[in-house]
Amino acid sequence: MSYSIAIIILVTSVATYISRLLGVLTSERLSSKSKVFDWFNYVAYSILAALMVRMIIFPNGALQDAEISSRIIVTIICLSVFILTKKNLVIPTILSFLLLTIFVLGI
Amino acid sequence: MVNSKYFLLGLKSLAGGRSPAVALATSFIALGAIFKHSGFNLEQSVASSLFTYALPGQLVMTESYLIGASLINIFISVWLVNFRFYPMTVALMPALQHKNQPRWKYYISCHFLAVSSWLIMKEGYKKIDKRFRLDYWIGIGSGTLTSAVLSTTFGYLISDYLSNDLMIALGIVNPVYFLCMMIGAMTNIKTTVAIVVGGILGPIFYLFTPEWSILISGFIGGSLAFLIKEKK
Repeated sequence: MSYSIAIIILVTSVATYISRLLGVLTSERLSSKSKVFDWFNYVAYSILAALMVRMIIFPNGALQDAEISSRIIVTIICLSVFILTKKNLVIPTILSFLLLTIFVLGI
Repeated sequence: MVNSKYFLLGLKSLAGGRSPAVALATSFIALGAIFKHSGFNLEQSVASSLFTYALPGQLVMTESYLIGASLINIFISVWLVNFRFYPMTVALMPALQHKNQPRWKYYISCHFLAVSSWLIMKEGYKKIDKRFRLDYWIGIGSGTLTSAVLSTTFGYLISDYLSNDLMIALGIVNPVYFLCMMIGAMTNIKTTVAIVVGGILGPIFYLFTPEWSILISGFIGGSLAFLIKEKK
């Protein structure tokens, strides 16, 4: 393992673990029936929703190369399938991959 | 140490129609391929998924490495990207507290915290006996982390066979899976408001402040939801 990449992985892991650990330390004095817990609960859900929609509209990495219209259409179809299949998660996830492949290849 | 019955129950959440395995696998397979193309070796790629286990942070790390960013820069950008784990942990751990569970189990098992394990746990913890919720959590986390590490390895090994078109298609699976889970979590007006407002504000704020957009949107959406009075 080359020195610099190992150090970078270590720094990344520490920077990530800090937030998890701080969360545990804060939780020690917090009841799951408290208002503060409630607030954190809604903030956490809201953060995740913001992150996921951002990943569809302004993606990083290879997904940028797919048209925004195709990304949005695939997402809407898959969310509808999720609701129609009584909340099966595996079907819409596999479908999202297949549909976007079709869009990208222009079949 | 860990109650095996509840550990296995948690581990079982990886099977069946609600499994996060497919979404986890596709995104970490793509990550493994990105590592290979970025000049990491297999051990480094596995170590990254095992010890960091946070996809957006690992992507930031890889990009920073490629442009030769300083260690302090990498630290700050990763910390900011993964700071969402702080509110997520606080929104989960109090529900797993029990006086019979030793403290060290919390300090170690918080490493399992990721979007997938968090959503599964939030969905199911109320059905689990409070004394063993932490063991159930460790079961879920061991399963999701193992899937992530194995998929990174697989992605690394098959990277030469992954065309750009396939990489694009792999990229959509993760956000679609989690958006489905979010819709599944919209069982009351407050959570619905938190998710809808966050989802709308996220991309809007991204235009003005990419680094802070997610945290600011979540803060606003979550606070609005918190302030709504729910009819009983």
